[in-house]
Amino acid sequence: MTKSLLSVKNLSIDIPTGSGMLHAVRGIDFTLKRGETLSIVGESGSGKSLTSLAVMGLLGKSIRCAADEIRFDDVDLLSANKRVMRDLRGNRMAMIFQEPMTSLNPAYTIGDQLMEALLLHRKVSRAQARARAVELLEKVGITAAESRLSQYPHQLSGGLRQRVMIAMSLMCEPDLLIADEPTTALDVTIQAQILRLLVDLTREMNMAMILITHDLGVVARVADKVAVMYAGELVETGPATEVFAAPSHPYTRGLLRCIPQPGKTARGAPLGTIAGIVPSLVGEVAGCAFRTRCPHASAACRDPIPMRGDPSHEFRCVFADGALSEEGEIA
Amino acid sequence: MLTFIFKRLGLALLVALTVSFISFSLLFLSGDPAAALAGETASGEDVEALRRLYGFDRPMLVQYAEWLFSALRGDFGESYYFKLPVASLIAERLQVTMTLGLCGILFALVTAVPLGVIAAIRPNSLIDRVALFLSVAGQAMPSFWFGLILIVVFAIQLGWLPPSGAATWRHFIMPTIVLGYYAMPAIMRLTRAGMLDVLNSDFIRTARAKGAGETRVLFKHALRNAIIPVVSLAAVQMGFMLGGSIVVESVFALHGAGYLAWESIARNDLPTVQALILVFSMFYIVFTFLADVLNAWLDPRMRSA
Repeated sequence: MTKSLLSVKNLSIDIPTGSGMLHAVRGIDFTLKRGETLSIVGESGSGKSLTSLAVMGLLGKSIRCAADEIRFDDVDLLSANKRVMRDLRGNRMAMIFQEPMTSLNPAYTIGDQLMEALLLHRKVSRAQARARAVELLEKVGITAAESRLSQYPHQLSGGLRQRVMIAMSLMCEPDLLIADEPTTALDVTIQAQILRLLVDLTREMNMAMILITHDLGVVARVADKVAVMYAGELVETGPATEVFAAPSHPYTRGLLRCIPQPGKTARGAPLGTIAGIVPSLVGEVAGCAFRTRCPHASAACRDPIPMRGDPSHEFRCVFADGALSEEGEIA
Repeated sequence: MLTFIFKRLGLALLVALTVSFISFSLLFLSGDPAAALAGETASGEDVEALRRLYGFDRPMLVQYAEWLFSALRGDFGESYYFKLPVASLIAERLQVTMTLGLCGILFALVTAVPLGVIAAIRPNSLIDRVALFLSVAGQAMPSFWFGLILIVVFAIQLGWLPPSGAATWRHFIMPTIVLGYYAMPAIMRLTRAGMLDVLNSDFIRTARAKGAGETRVLFKHALRNAIIPVVSLAAVQMGFMLGGSIVVESVFALHGAGYLAWESIARNDLPTVQALILVFSMFYIVFTFLADVLNAWLDPRMRSA
């Protein structure tokens, strides 16, 4: 078995608020190999972005982060100092964000910002950095790359800006790319293009990718592994094909019912919804966080629940079959 | 960028022309200049004679045009009181005022911008609170009072600095502090607010994700965006300092242009007052124009405006 590129064990993130400690992420584990794509899925506020920011070391000063292990290749990120983290960021691990409209600095040209990513980490001349910027702009499918370098972010559309962000993240050929909802803010037609581009690039560069999304359609198309998060906890994790074919946690099944499935969902049939709202994570949180919305909840759901199932496809539920027998077939 | 500069320049000229007309007519409408010149005891014929002598009997537009074209050649007429050409009178007084104004704004910027940045990096820290206290105190303290306190302490008690006059650079230290301290609070609060806002923006997170160090994030990525409103504010304050430093000039007996304006208004010295108003408004126009150009250089989105 090849060694994992990224390993996160028992990651917890707490945010102090006026009304108490918000336990935003609780006991997350995952690993990622080179060239693999892991998709973290969940609703807004489920802690997916915080998890990725914790890996990048970009959490705010007031946010508390603890874990048994966060290891990137041979570097222990938990004990790494600022200097080590800075050398990794943008160099061996890069990140792109949800909002292409605001993620680029309005005061500098595209070229400046692309070249900066390389010049920060490599001893190259400006001319070399410039050539690399052109090369990557072409790689992400931007025409007239040379002339784009002198343009400013406000002169580009959202789709183009996200392509620039991707090009910028790839300047140093990172081993790991974290894409935090990279297509959410874009038009549907552009979404597919950007996603295709990310998949092609990860293959071509043998890069690992963490794709954060709330769109299960996206996951199905690109991910090798899926981690489903609910209210700061991992509720189900496994190979994408298996999780989609046999979702084990009631929440995962609920999510899948919310999207139409070609050939399965009848024309005009109502799509599923998950009733209720995400519980508050301020103060003591115990047991299954989904129990307030779960149709099968019982008294046992208040106790701490370990992951179960076989090691490659685990889920967190008191029922050995994830209450599947009570529910019947999906849609 | 060049088109932008020309557009702004055109606009500035139009504003200057409008301002010149308003300043001319306002003073003209403020009373009968001939009667004011002649004094209270003068007879009606004396007033009429003066009116013809100075050309006040002609239509206002004609007088304005004549005044404007002379002004463009640098001829603002002769001061009624000093019996000297207004242009040379103002030029002489402006040296003091410009020195004071430039020192004042520099002092304000050099102290307020770093303080604002530090306050934004560590909001609610001790230094943020001290900075807040300083700015509230600065806003609340009248310049003349602060100036007098400085004179009492540093000139009279300690004897470190001369209390008044404009002979050496040491004479300018206290006036600079008083004038600068007046402008400082607004600049500092605006820098702090701008930095706090920008530091929370997505592109700062992007810069950090690239592996940029904190210094680079602060000064290359954040400050350039946060400083834009400060540039506009500083330009207006600069204009204010050059035209409105009357109080400070009086306290420290610096015979600058502000002091001259006060004297000339009191003496009904019409040509001098008109010329001063024009010069002061030109300062505002020039500094606003320079601020616009600087801002367009800082923020490319403004170049298309």
